[in-house]
Amino acid sequence: MRYSAFSIVRNALSGNLNWKPQWRQPQPKSHYDVIIVGGGGHGLATAYYLAKEFGVKNVAVLEKGYLGSGNVGRNTTIVRSNYMLPGNEPFYEFSMKLWEGLEQDLNYNVMLSQRGVIMLYHSDAQRDAYVRRGNAMWMEGVSAELIEREQLKKMIPFLNYDHARYPILGGLLQRRAGTARHDAVAWGYARGADQHGVDIIEHCEVTGIRRENGVVTGVETSKGIIGCGKLALAAAGNSSRVGEMADLKLPLESHVLQAFVTEGLKPCIDHVIVYGGGHFYISQSDKGGLVFGAEIDGYSSYAQRGNLATAEHVMEEGVSMIPGLSRVRVLRAWGGVMDMSMDGSPIIDRTSIDNLYLNCGWCYGGFKATPASGYCFAHLIARNDTHPVARALRLDRFARGYAVDEAGAGPQPNLH
Amino acid sequence: MASLITCPHCGVRPKEEFTIRGDASLVRPAPSASDEAWHDYVYVRANPRGRTVEHWHHVAGCRRFLVVERDTVTHEVYSVVDGATAAREAQR
Repeated sequence: MRYSAFSIVRNALSGNLNWKPQWRQPQPKSHYDVIIVGGGGHGLATAYYLAKEFGVKNVAVLEKGYLGSGNVGRNTTIVRSNYMLPGNEPFYEFSMKLWEGLEQDLNYNVMLSQRGVIMLYHSDAQRDAYVRRGNAMWMEGVSAELIEREQLKKMIPFLNYDHARYPILGGLLQRRAGTARHDAVAWGYARGADQHGVDIIEHCEVTGIRRENGVVTGVETSKGIIGCGKLALAAAGNSSRVGEMADLKLPLESHVLQAFVTEGLKPCIDHVIVYGGGHFYISQSDKGGLVFGAEIDGYSSYAQRGNLATAEHVMEEGVSMIPGLSRVRVLRAWGGVMDMSMDGSPIIDRTSIDNLYLNCGWCYGGFKATPASGYCFAHLIARNDTHPVARALRLDRFARGYAVDEAGAGPQPNLH
Repeated sequence: MASLITCPHCGVRPKEEFTIRGDASLVRPAPSASDEAWHDYVYVRANPRGRTVEHWHHVAGCRRFLVVERDTVTHEVYSVVDGATAAREAQR
């Protein structure tokens, strides 16, 4: 399906009854060069870049639900590259650059809005930490600005500056960061991949991985057995379950993260604001709803629903940062299953099986990484070689002592 | 997640009184064990979908470490026993 001003007029005149689906609904072929397990943002982006950039076109994406039903449709839509560690920052900046060109590349409006992400600090020590992080970003060629209290008051007047415990002293701003329409990202990649000949097979659950002589030969699915040359796993919260089918033991725990949206308001929050006293983050969607979230619930879970005590905690954090939020009514809350890794950083790597590739461990930062994750994973699958910006995100980094622990929390997944 | 945990020492308590340490099925290797055994203990998790056992610390109560058996899908809690009791039974 392609769009133009002309197609809008023509379809309007015919009662909007003749719009075509954006991607086909093919039956699976008996064999593909590459099968990607998981039709979320990362799986679709991987298929798109495999076909477009690396010339691998005989590709299938298998999705157990409907397209966009997992975390790609459950996040708070924030895109940013304000990381500190040298293993992370080049990767996320590569992603940010792909975001900046994504709409032209896909010819699809993903509503990228570079409204700026500001992380607040509440103490001198926290200011020092953000200065350090900002400098680390500049070292990788990424702009960051320290906004002091008086300047911040002009930018964002409605914050609780004189909070007794967490007074707001300023913030670290990345102006190029912002938000993107998460569903449109999934649909745009799906349409792009489909146009390049990728088969997107929805409602097709992988139930087993077939191996012969130590290599993967295909997958057993709810739609029958499908053979493959290479198998790529991008199953997010279910990575441990899919990995288990190939006897992979992974450094992951699945946890639930909640997100919330309020009733629609007139434009009031211009940026993405991140609280430094907790993990609370908030932005306003183009529809007017305030979209926010905070910590994971803290217990391992495969249920896509959260706990009321955590919802209460998140809202307390929000009201402590923006007192006016107490008057706003929450419309919806939902949960997604996060593949929390042992150091809080993702994994894009080969496995002990030659033609099995792994993409997991995104914790709750997967959405912003979607383009780079897809690109680097496609690079790895097509060339059997790690992309330079993903070279720190290896599966064996724990055994080698090279964990990429941005939070400094140690191997405790519910603390990242 | 079930919002109430029956602590063997304190009775029925809200789950917010506890912090979760993680997988209780792991067995700490001997100090002289191989790097691989230590790697698996520190970093690798079974991450089950369904029944799981975890160490929960009752920080706002008796401050004992408890072993909680529960379901990661339905969030049902099957049993809560004191960590020392569980360790003694495992040795039997």
